[in-house]
Amino acid sequence: MKKPIWLLPAALLLLSACEREKREFRPAQVSEETDEKIALSSLSAGPSPPSQQTTGKGKNFEENAYHISEGQKLYTWFNCNGCHSNGGGGSGPALMDDRWIYGGSIEHIVQTIREGRPNGMPSFRGKIPDDQVWQIAAYVRSMGRYTPKAASPARRDDMHPGPAEQRRPPAEMNPGGSIPSSAQMPQ
Amino acid sequence: MRRSVAQAFLILSTSLPAVAQQQPIPAAPPAAAPSEDGQWTMPAKNFASTRYSELDQINTENVKNLQVAFTFSTGVNKGQESSPLVVGTTMYVLSPYPNILYALDLTQPGAPLKWQYNPKPDSAAQGVACCDVVNRGPTFANGRIYFTTLDAHVVAVNAETGEEAWKTKLGDINKGETMTMAPLAVKDKVIVGISGGEYGVRGWIQALDANSGQSVWKAYSTGPDQDVKIGPNFKPFYDSDKGKDLGVSTWPPNAWEQGGGTVWGWLSYDPDLNLVYHGTGNPGPWNPNQRPGDNKWTAGIFARDADTGEARWFYQTAPHDLHDWDNINELVLLDLEWEGRPRKVLVHPGRTGFVYVIDRTTGEVLSAKPFHALTAVTGVDLKTGRIQYNSDKEPVNNRVVRDICPTAPGSKDWNPSAFSHKTGILYIPHMNMCMDWESVEPNYIAGTPYVGAEVRMFPGPGGHMGEFSAWDIKEGKELWTINERFPLWSGAMATAGDVVFYGTMDGWFKAVHARTGEVLWQFKTSSGIIGQPTTYRGPDGKQYVAILSGVGGWAGSIVSGDLDPRDGTAALGFVNAMRDLKNVTTKGGTLYVFKLP
Ligand code: HEC
Repeated sequence: MKKPIWLLPAALLLLSACEREKREFRPAQVSEETDEKIALSSLSAGPSPPSQQTTGKGKNFEENAYHISEGQKLYTWFNCNGCHSNGGGGSGPALMDDRWIYGGSIEHIVQTIREGRPNGMPSFRGKIPDDQVWQIAAYVRSMGRYTPKAASPARRDDMHPGPAEQRRPPAEMNPGGSIPSSAQMPQ
Repeated sequence: MRRSVAQAFLILSTSLPAVAQQQPIPAAPPAAAPSEDGQWTMPAKNFASTRYSELDQINTENVKNLQVAFTFSTGVNKGQESSPLVVGTTMYVLSPYPNILYALDLTQPGAPLKWQYNPKPDSAAQGVACCDVVNRGPTFANGRIYFTTLDAHVVAVNAETGEEAWKTKLGDINKGETMTMAPLAVKDKVIVGISGGEYGVRGWIQALDANSGQSVWKAYSTGPDQDVKIGPNFKPFYDSDKGKDLGVSTWPPNAWEQGGGTVWGWLSYDPDLNLVYHGTGNPGPWNPNQRPGDNKWTAGIFARDADTGEARWFYQTAPHDLHDWDNINELVLLDLEWEGRPRKVLVHPGRTGFVYVIDRTTGEVLSAKPFHALTAVTGVDLKTGRIQYNSDKEPVNNRVVRDICPTAPGSKDWNPSAFSHKTGILYIPHMNMCMDWESVEPNYIAGTPYVGAEVRMFPGPGGHMGEFSAWDIKEGKELWTINERFPLWSGAMATAGDVVFYGTMDGWFKAVHARTGEVLWQFKTSSGIIGQPTTYRGPDGKQYVAILSGVGGWAGSIVSGDLDPRDGTAALGFVNAMRDLKNVTTKGGTLYVFKLP
C-alpha cells in the first residue's frame, strides 16, 4: 500500500533525467527551418495578446543538457563570443541579463541568429545548420539561467568569467527590455 | 693660489644652475607648429601633434574662476572621443556613430546650431566596431571639414554651408572594416586609415585627393613590398627590417591576408622633410601562437613620403606582438639637443610601456624609458631596437597566464598626450593596469571577430587605474603624477597659461598646474570624459576651453553598451576592471564650453 507513494517521485525523477539527457539521432536537414509563429511585441491589434504558435522544438532543446553543452561549444566556434563575450556583451549586447531587444524566448533567439538584427548582428542563415542554431540558442538561454538548473552547464574549459551558468540564480524575463542602439540616434 | 681655486669654485657653483637653465628645452619644429591664430582646426592642433595653445588669458591664477559658457547635446549617448574644432567663428562637433557633424555659431549668444550634416552610415557597422562606436574627430582644411564614418566612408563637407562635397567608400563592413580615426589633411591630400584589427582586417593607409575624394596612393601594412609601398628609398635603421617582402615571409603562409596592422590612430607630418608618420595596429589574431614570425609591418611606425606614400623607414615597437599592442598612439614631432647634437625626433608614449624618442629622419631609437609598471617586458635593446619580452608572460594556448602588465590596451591607448612649448614637458594621460590572458584558437569568419584570447584586466600596483604624468623627455622620467581611480581615456591639452587640461571617466574635467601638477580647478560634467580638450579665442576676443563629455570607448563600454558586469571577459576583458564605473556615471553626449567670468 505504501509503495506507490515513493515510487511516483522516483519515476518522475527518472523521467525528467531522461529528458535532460535525451538525444536526437536523426537531426534536421541542413537547409530545413522550423516555422515559428512569434510576435516581437506584447501589444496586438485588439484586446487579446498577440497570437503566437511555436513548434515545441525550443522546449526540447532548452531543457536538454546535451543540446545546451553542444551550444556552448558552437557559440565559440561561430564567434558569437567575439561580439557578446561570455554573455556580458561587447560590440553586441549582453545576453546574460534580463533585457531583450528582440525577445528572449528561445524562438526569438533562433530568429535573431537566422535573420540577423539591424544594429550589427550578422545573419547566420545558411551558415549554421538549423539544429545547431537551436543548440546555440538553448545555450544563450542558459546564460541568464532561463533554463533548468540541472540542464545548465556546470563548468567551462577556458578562463572563468564568473560563476558557471548552473550556479547563477534563475532569471525572469523583463518586459522593460532595453533601448535599442537605433533609439539613441537623433532624428 | 688658494684664492683663485676658491674663486673658480664659486664661479662654478653659481654658474651651474644658470647653465642648466640655458639648456634649450625640446621645441616643436616651427613648420609643423605655426604660431597661434586662436583657432583649433585639427584634433592634434598642429602637424607636430603638440596639442598646445599659446593662448594665455586663462592662467594658473584665474583658472579657478572658469564657468560654463554654453553646452550642446550631440544627441548620441555613446563614447565621445572626438575633439571640438573651431574655425573662424564656427565650432564643429562630430558625434560618435551615426557620425553627425554639427556647426555652431560662436558669434551668437549660446552658440546656436548653424547646420547639421548626417552621413547616415549603415547601422550594421555598429556590430563590427570592436570598442564602442567612437570617432576621434573631424579635421579642417581648404574650406572643408573632413571626417570618417563608422561604415568606412570618408566625407568632405563645405565648412560654411554644410553641403556634402564628396563621400568616398573605402571599406566593407562585411570584412569587418570600419573607420574611427581623424583624417590628416596635408597639402592637397586627405590621409586616412582603416580600423578592424580585431576582425582580421588587412590594415592600410590611404591618401585621397582633397578636391575630388579620389584615391591617390594606398599602402598596406602587410603583404608584398609593392603593396606596402616599400621600394629603393626604404631605409630602415635596424637589420631586422631589411629584406625582401618581409610582409609575407614573417608570417605563416597567407596569414598576412588577415594580419591586421590597421591604421586607426594619430598621424603627424613634417613639412620640412615632407614625411607623414603613422603607426600600425596589432597583428591579427591576438593569439600570437597562430602567427609565428615578426609579423611585419604590424605594431610599428612608418615614415612615408606625403606625395607618393613611399615608405622611408619603419620601426617595430612589438615584433610578433604578444598582447594586442597596437602602435597607433600619437607621434609628437620635436627638435632637441641629444648628447650634444641637434636632433629631429618624434616622441611616442607607446602601448608597450615605454616612451620612445626616435630620430624622425632615420628611425633610430634614441631612448625608450618605461612609464608604467612592467612584467611582460624588461626593456628595449637600443643596439637592435628590439623589445625584450619576458618569456614567463608569453601566451600559451589554453592556459591562463597571470599578472601581465601592461594590458591589451597597453600602458596607454589612443588618448593623446600634450606637449607644452613653454615648459618643454610632455603630459601623458595613461593607465596603471595588469591582466590575465588565455590564448585560444580562433576561427576566421569574415565580418566576425578574429581574436583568440580570453582576457580579464585589473588595477596595477597601488590599486588606482589611471595616471596623469608629466614627463621629462630628455631624462626619460616622470616629474610628477596624479593618480586617478579609473583609467584615463581622455586626451590632454597644454596652454601658455601654464594650465594643462584632461578629463576622467567619472566625469571630472580638470585643470592642473603645468609645472607642479596641482589641481587648480575641476568641474563635474554629466557623464564620464573620454574626449579631447581644445581651446580657442572666441569672436569676443576671450579664451574658451571645450570638451565633450560622454563615457564609452573600450574602457567605458560597460556603461555605453550596457554590458553585464558579471562577465569579467566582456569588452575583451575590460569589464573585469570597470565594474564600478556603472555606479559612478551614466551615458551621455554633451559638449561643455568654459570661459572666465
Ligand atoms: C559581429 C558581431 C556579432 C556577432 C559575431 C554576433 N552578434 Fe549577436 N548581436 C550583435 C549586435 C551588434 C546585436 C544588436 C543588434 C541590434 O540591436 O539590432 C546582436 C544581437 C543579438 C541578440 C539579440 C539580443 C537582444 O537583446 O534581443 C542575440 C540573441 C544574439 N545577438 C546572439 C548571437 C549569437 C548566438 C551569435 C553567434 C551565432 C551572435 N549573436 C553573433 C553582434 C554580433
